[in-house]
Amino acid sequence: MAKRSAPEVNAGSMADIAFLLLIFFLVTTTIETDAGLNRKLPPIQEDIVDPPPLKKKNIFQVLINQQNDILVEEREMELKDVRQAAIDFLDNGGAGCDYCQGKADPASSDNPNKAVILLQQTRETDYSTYIAIQNELVAAYNFLRNREANRLFGMSFTEMEADFNDAQYNGDKDQLEEKIKTVRDLFPLKLSEAEPKESN
Amino acid sequence: MSKFKKKKSGDLPAISTASLPDIVFMLLFFFMVATVMRENTLMIQNDLPYADQVEKLQKKDLVMYIYAGKPSARYQKQYGTEARIQLNDKFADVSDIKQFIIEERGSKREELKNKLTTSLKVDGETNMGLVTDIKYELRRAEAYRINYTTRNGDASQNLE
Repeated sequence: MAKRSAPEVNAGSMADIAFLLLIFFLVTTTIETDAGLNRKLPPIQEDIVDPPPLKKKNIFQVLINQQNDILVEEREMELKDVRQAAIDFLDNGGAGCDYCQGKADPASSDNPNKAVILLQQTRETDYSTYIAIQNELVAAYNFLRNREANRLFGMSFTEMEADFNDAQYNGDKDQLEEKIKTVRDLFPLKLSEAEPKESN
Repeated sequence: MSKFKKKKSGDLPAISTASLPDIVFMLLFFFMVATVMRENTLMIQNDLPYADQVEKLQKKDLVMYIYAGKPSARYQKQYGTEARIQLNDKFADVSDIKQFIIEERGSKREELKNKLTTSLKVDGETNMGLVTDIKYELRRAEAYRINYTTRNGDASQNLE
């Protein structure tokens, strides 16, 4: 029997098929944004309970008016200065805080557990300004948490969180969670949002 | 002597296109991997604000999306330029949010129901009034976990 060689398949149209698929995927898809600032909303309170009294010095008031001006503690402030002001306030360490490195100013907060940031805005404030402020306040907390995490565990807090959320992480997750919780408790996120002011 | 004579051919050799499919396939795979199918057709402008302290949203199937912003140009005749909410593929009212959340929650498995996150995709130019209303409705619907979805970038770009 004579050996018959298999006839070669013409692959010239493969490029066309691939192009067709490529164009389909190009048109139908978008690169979605899937990152953002996570927040937890407070439940609605049925009966109005008197809030526990807070000393005025333990409140850091941030107000955004309808012209998107930022007022921190009743003084106008640029966005870039908000982060440092928040760090100074949280890290002040007036009383009962042995890990704070602030100036221990008696007119500022006692310790990070008591310090509350109060964010208030009007109904006309732009959403983008609001997000910018939220971002700066989160940045202030992250800065302090990173510092403490580095001091205690030799690893930054953001790294720890990234590892915790990473499914491929092959360390002890329970231990990591414990560490994250420890750092969180040192600087608990206390961000209170008041109902927006009615502008008139 | 003719042994060493170079063969001369006048016409240029054709460029081989055999590797073209490979190149195209490479591009194809890149796009297939890098992109996600769009779930909703947007009827609003949606320029998200910038933030750099972002956390990634985990588990795509446990996220509910609420869009808000000005209607895009082709819908402005019909719906005006006031910022509106979009749920799934249509414009909605603030009061529809609660029903939307309940429906979304109903379609998920029981043990995952408290892990649902609401992603707020709100246009940067929207007034906070609308966002506050949305947040109040979410609190009424007991959907407390939210995510302000943003683009990754320096926050000072928001003020421009």
